[in-house]
Amino acid sequence: MKKRKKTGLIFFPAFDWAISPTHPEREERLLYTQDQVFEEGLMDFDNIVEYKPGLATVEDINRVHVCVPDARRVITESHLISAGGAITAAKKVLEGEVDNAFALVRPPGHHAMRIVHGARGFCNINIEAIMIEYIRRHYGIKRIAIVDTDCHHGDGTQDIYWHDPNTLFISMHQDGRTLYPGSGFVDEFGGPNAVGMTVNIPLPPRTSDEGFLYALENVVLPILEEFKPELVINSAGQDNHYSDPITNMRFSAQGYAVLNDRLSPHIAVLEGGYSIEKALPYVNVGIILAMAGLDYSAVREPDYNPAALQQSEAITTHIHRTVDEIMRRWYHRREIAEAFRGKARYLKRRRHIYYDTDGISEEQEETVRVCDDCGGLILIDSRADTGRRIFAVIVPGMACERCRKEGEVFFEEIGKGKYHQVFFQDRDRDVYLVK
Amino acid sequence: MILGIDVGGTHTDAVVISDHQIQSKAKVLTDAGNIMGSLIEATEAVMRDIDPAALRRVVLSTTISTNAIVQGKTEAVGIIAAAGPGLPPALISPRAETRFVSGYINHRGLEAAPIDEGEIRRCAREFKEGGIAYAGVVGKFSTRNPSHELKIRDLITDGFRHISLGHRLSGHLNFPRRLATTYLNSAIWGLYENFVRAVTAFVERQGIKVPIYILKADGGTIEIGRSVDYPVQTILSGPAASIMGILSMTGGRDDAVALDIGGTTTDIALFADGVPLLEALGVTIEGHKTLIRGLRTRSIGVGGDSAVRLDGGRLEVGPRREGPAAALGGPCPTPTDAMIVLGLTDIGDRQKARHSLEPLAAALGCAVEEAARAVFGETVRRIAEAVRSFTEEINNRPVYTIHEMLEGKKIEPRIVYVVGGPAQGLAPALGKALECPYHIPENAEVANAVGAALARTTAEVTILADTERRFLTVGEMGLQMEIPGRFSKEDAIRIGRERLKETALAMGASEDELEMETVEEQEFNMVRDFYTAGKNIRVKVQIKPGLISPLGG
Ligand SMILES: [Zn+2]
Ligand SMILES: [Zn+2]
Repeated sequence: MKKRKKTGLIFFPAFDWAISPTHPEREERLLYTQDQVFEEGLMDFDNIVEYKPGLATVEDINRVHVCVPDARRVITESHLISAGGAITAAKKVLEGEVDNAFALVRPPGHHAMRIVHGARGFCNINIEAIMIEYIRRHYGIKRIAIVDTDCHHGDGTQDIYWHDPNTLFISMHQDGRTLYPGSGFVDEFGGPNAVGMTVNIPLPPRTSDEGFLYALENVVLPILEEFKPELVINSAGQDNHYSDPITNMRFSAQGYAVLNDRLSPHIAVLEGGYSIEKALPYVNVGIILAMAGLDYSAVREPDYNPAALQQSEAITTHIHRTVDEIMRRWYHRREIAEAFRGKARYLKRRRHIYYDTDGISEEQEETVRVCDDCGGLILIDSRADTGRRIFAVIVPGMACERCRKEGEVFFEEIGKGKYHQVFFQDRDRDVYLVK
Repeated sequence: MILGIDVGGTHTDAVVISDHQIQSKAKVLTDAGNIMGSLIEATEAVMRDIDPAALRRVVLSTTISTNAIVQGKTEAVGIIAAAGPGLPPALISPRAETRFVSGYINHRGLEAAPIDEGEIRRCAREFKEGGIAYAGVVGKFSTRNPSHELKIRDLITDGFRHISLGHRLSGHLNFPRRLATTYLNSAIWGLYENFVRAVTAFVERQGIKVPIYILKADGGTIEIGRSVDYPVQTILSGPAASIMGILSMTGGRDDAVALDIGGTTTDIALFADGVPLLEALGVTIEGHKTLIRGLRTRSIGVGGDSAVRLDGGRLEVGPRREGPAAALGGPCPTPTDAMIVLGLTDIGDRQKARHSLEPLAAALGCAVEEAARAVFGETVRRIAEAVRSFTEEINNRPVYTIHEMLEGKKIEPRIVYVVGGPAQGLAPALGKALECPYHIPENAEVANAVGAALARTTAEVTILADTERRFLTVGEMGLQMEIPGRFSKEDAIRIGRERLKETALAMGASEDELEMETVEEQEFNMVRDFYTAGKNIRVKVQIKPGLISPLGG
């Protein structure tokens, strides 16, 4: 018999919010999940406690994002509630009221990057990142790992933590050559100051439970073991399910429950998952039971047929090869970092970012100060086809004196010139300035 | 003229009400071994000068079902559960002989796997061979589609004295609670049916020929004949009677707190705009979490006779009661003794009260009056704190829409009603602590009987309409009907109201008391493959707890 854990559940289905009436992110999304969770009577277990979400604030958002033109203009109340739900989950865990917590909230957030001109991949703001920076601000926790098990690459979370040596981001997802957002390859491995702190595990279409659990056992768990995070967060997307209408994987409710059980995250936050009738009700019951340390072995979908879902030999071989390649990189991350940094004092990356949900295009140039003492000062020049061009000076969390000083001087000296707005963000001091 | 009787744990109260006034009242001690006897005694006392022909209705609140469960005077029950995958049987932990059989219904109300008739017949046979005379049938999502429960009942119908069906007892989703509720209903069915027969016979002998009602846990009434199939709904009617009594004596329309301060405990109830709050899913009795609609109360272990002691320099009031107040010959100081010393109440022996507080005063290094003030203050503080945390808990209950999140009703009590022995002494201080005026209703000593007498019939109906599949289910009635593709939420509400009216009239309600309200109305577009395939409509309509007429005065 396993040990029961006290699990907090923040359930907020936002039954009155949709991106548009027939959009996958619509009112109906968690309806059947609610039915199943209620019918199974999960809220009646003494070790499962339901909490009402709090509301995140604009300050919580500005600690993570640079929203253009401002936070209020890119969000709705629903985003403050889903981010607030994630924060509530974190509070309950960190204040010791519960052992772990699951924020079963919508809308999701893992495609939202640092700079926000609009919504991409159904996401406006990154609810995990907002929660994590809230945790750092209020509870002083340093080393945090995020394991993103959504079927889509968590490119927003990756972007936000690309340069952060204290945040390990691991994403398991369907190969970017076959699915939105088209990123998340093995060689995306973190910025110059955080090499190896981003780990991507692209899995081929039609990967089943076996493949996911193999990647978990052979990449995720060993890397976590070495990183030794104080807190493990699971971005618990549920669109790897075999019945999901917008992806091509073969993961099951049992698989999700086992994964959650072995990963044992302190906090899980719902991300995607659009098989609202055939998958979500069962996946969520499985995850809640697993988190609470209750027997989930009898949870399965009505049409579950493991034989039909088995992955091919070719897929198994492919996954083994990917896993080997990732671990090779992981063990050589210091050499990779040296080669990457060379003698450069600053490194630049130029990117085109598309906001599919809102149809906005952004050109972005990001410059980071190469630094041995912190994540490095970040300077961003961003121009969107909305006509807005902004500049952002980002002093990272746990910044060294040099990076902070340089950032402050830079912000003081930069003229508005061609920019509509110039932003200054200092996470440690919770300072957010706009000129 | 109405006769109301409440058979409580200690006393049985009876009142006769006419023209909004109490015409006659009586109080006798309850003989737990002979509830029928207590009932008869109280009735005879209150009816002494009343012409039975003038009675319009009789309402009873009794502990018969509660006692049966609390004292384990229940029958063995065989449960057949069609649970499907999900929680393993070990986690559902039924306290009955339960067989988990194949077959189940999914969340949309569709059959996900069929039942196996042979297996069910086998279970029934085994139950009967084991001498089990009562059965229950419970299916997962049976409120969405009762066909499995009905089919199973038809397969086992011979040979059991009674078979309870899960979907008939509540429209709420919660399989483990449905199972517990069904079990309890069957387990007390025999005893309750006997009681109903005895009452009916007695009333006939008395020459009373009016409808007789039983009070339910939700503070509503049901006609006695009709109640036979739902004995479990009559548990915990005592606290419900008390709350309805307070309501009848105050007629408040505001948010309010009601405190029933007894010897050992204080029961707290809340009113939202004058309506008593219901439990979200159902009441809990003897560790059984059920789907029985019931008034939401909170009980704390602080009362007039609570034992007072010092624990490491800290003053502790309750939760134990060692006996009556020292002033009345009890063994230790109590809040009542403190109130006697402070001149807030005038019962018993004042010297004994002072004397009991002396050791406490010595330990605290203060005068007896000061010790009494400390005890009194702590008693008030504990009760006020419990009221605040209860209110906060209700105001922080989870909600599922942005609208409710941002605009949801918050309860802010504007008045506190206090009943019970120590009410006079405590009420002013409690009002002060809760920052609102207080009110002590008249005739509070028979509040329960008055509450029973004046309660109206309550009922609830749950509707799920699915326009993709073109059918509608009325959970509690086990009814499924076809609907046209063009079917709106308003149509569902209309059908809900019709069915609610039908249900309430069958339970003995009269046309003029059918104050119906819609408590839940949701309509979702069901989108499949990016097209709207239909609507999923959920509606709950109810007749909320209330009074057929208030008490004047
Ligand atoms: Zn996704
Ligand atoms: Zn630095």
